[in-house]
Amino acid sequence: MIRPNEEINEKKLLRALVDGKLPDASGRFGPFGGRYVPETLMPAIERLTEGVHRLLPDESFNHKLTSQLKEWVGRPTALTHAARLSKAWGADVWFKREDLAHTGAHKINNAIGQALLAKELGATRIVAETGAGQHGVASAAACARVGLPCVVYMGELDIQRQSPNVDRMKRLGANVVSVNSGDRTLRAAIDEAIRDWVSDPVDTYYLLGSAVGPHPYPFLVRELQAVIGREARSQLETHGGLPDAVFACVGGGSNAIGLFHGFLGEENISLIGVEAGGRGDDLGDHSATLGSGRPGVLHGAYSLLLYDDHGQIQETHSVSAGLDYPGVGPEHALLKLVGRVKYVTAKDSEALDALQECCELEGILPALETAHAIAGARHWASTNQGARILIGLSGRGDKDMPILSQYPIKTNDTEGAENAAA
Amino acid sequence: MLPHEALKNALEKSEESALVAFLTAGYPEPKNFLNVLYDVSEAADAVEIGVPFSDPMADGVTIQRSSQAAIEHGVSLSWILDQLGSRTIKSNTPLLLMSYLNPLLAFGFDDLASRALQVGVSGFIIPDLPYEESMLLKTSLDKVGIALIQLVTPATPSIRLNEICQASQGFVYAVTRTGITGSATQFPADLADYLAAVKEAAKVPVCAGFGVRKSEQVRMISRHADGVIVGSALVEALERGENPGEFLRNLRP
Ligand SMILES: Cc1ncc(COP(=O)(O)O)c(C=O)c1O
Repeated sequence: MIRPNEEINEKKLLRALVDGKLPDASGRFGPFGGRYVPETLMPAIERLTEGVHRLLPDESFNHKLTSQLKEWVGRPTALTHAARLSKAWGADVWFKREDLAHTGAHKINNAIGQALLAKELGATRIVAETGAGQHGVASAAACARVGLPCVVYMGELDIQRQSPNVDRMKRLGANVVSVNSGDRTLRAAIDEAIRDWVSDPVDTYYLLGSAVGPHPYPFLVRELQAVIGREARSQLETHGGLPDAVFACVGGGSNAIGLFHGFLGEENISLIGVEAGGRGDDLGDHSATLGSGRPGVLHGAYSLLLYDDHGQIQETHSVSAGLDYPGVGPEHALLKLVGRVKYVTAKDSEALDALQECCELEGILPALETAHAIAGARHWASTNQGARILIGLSGRGDKDMPILSQYPIKTNDTEGAENAAA
Repeated sequence: MLPHEALKNALEKSEESALVAFLTAGYPEPKNFLNVLYDVSEAADAVEIGVPFSDPMADGVTIQRSSQAAIEHGVSLSWILDQLGSRTIKSNTPLLLMSYLNPLLAFGFDDLASRALQVGVSGFIIPDLPYEESMLLKTSLDKVGIALIQLVTPATPSIRLNEICQASQGFVYAVTRTGITGSATQFPADLADYLAAVKEAAKVPVCAGFGVRKSEQVRMISRHADGVIVGSALVEALERGENPGEFLRNLRP
């Protein structure tokens, strides 16, 4: 926690992070992180922490994980040169294609890793939360793959706006439970998944989908997503060298932390996280936690958060369900504090425009979450002409078709203009 | 006498097992809060005042519902403290605040400790603040002698249980089963052994609860603990418009 009058040594913290020394033994990234959970969960969290430290470096576990990533997830994912976008923006733009991973997003890297871990740790049942449904689908698939039953909690509002993913989860054998308490989106779904876990902490494994939550989750999820940055780095090195800037969208922050970790030590590479700017700057109209949040505790971690003067967590808004969350992973809070990563926002409308441009110029339909990263990069390119830019293409947009149908395709020809005017 | 000592004494002095009551502040109606609090105080040996929070992850549907309604009616930590400060008639029963951590963080620990002392709060119970993370708040509360009540559960390993029990002030909150508040009423078969172990380790009284609804359960638990905690069942009685004092007196064995 940030103590009153405490001095923060930014350089030292960044060094420790780059050297792989964070989180520390108490699960902290500088002042952020920790474990703020009911006592009932503490023994389960201790067991999980022990398991993570034992299995992640274990050779036979790694062999299992690597072969699942290769043969089932389809890694390594491609690095794509976005030639027409490059021309349009006056930059040299590259995509790290997590949309090509099995089930269509980076979420699968984490889901299969944790499902294997749960199996090793003797869990008999998995619970997960989901916002956009991508983590739910990835969890359902990973549970089927390792042979464990899976319950996915999903907010009622998200069930409506991401319906294709709900059907996929069910088809993959998961039990999807609609959450109608709280804000009826991702935040309420996490509350409910934690309640389930509290009720059966011995046999149930909580498969958390982003780099948030109590220690060891932010560490575990980062380690499982770091494959994105490692691959992207070596692919770029064989395609003309390292980038000037790296962009990723930030909801809870898992795809961003995984991508950024490949480049943290290179001080001359700008790392830029793009949050959801929603429909405006007022509290409740966006999900820009790093942009305007304050330190607080939600879902087990001390991090930046959106809350009111009484400490009540605020409702958020984003056109993309996966970014519509008032918290963020504690490592991002530290990266902001020490100034290593810059966090910016893209509005709903900017993300929608970027999505359309990516479809038209590159033949790729990105997820609405991902479209925020593209929008952020596009804006940056306008003042950094000729720069080499890597964008984390975190997922594909098929799941977003129900929402996209509310935003008619903008065309430049006269017919379109007439239709719009009519 | 410091507030945490007064709390301990109040729980020890009751001849039978003590009754600790939980209510959500300002529920169902903020305007009746002090009346309800007074009635409950007269029927209980200590009262936990629930500070509503938007994300009560350790609570079942009853307390989720009451918290949500209270927030919608404008109830907040500062409102509660103001209400307590405005009391004209006070019961001698110790008052505790039960809150998730974030409202306390937003208030500021040092300011909170002095304000809580001023308005007569004896202790804090914080469901999302495990022992390891509690030092910063404890430092602030220690300055004014207010208790930080620690929780243990049937899942707590014995070394940890000893450590937590040693650190707890006022009383030790022994959660009677894994799970969230208010749900299933079955207690674990080894409840007596568990509570005996907690009593053995604790320097202060042991109050047990989670899912206590009926007077048989109160009787059963009071054989093994110094006090019994009743929460969701009282909130539901308030919801039904029953007299909370009468409800609590009927629960006493
Ligand atoms: C495609 C995609 N990208 C990004 C996110 C945001 O999550 P995170 O910030 O953890 O990467 C989601 C979440 O659902 C997603 O589906």
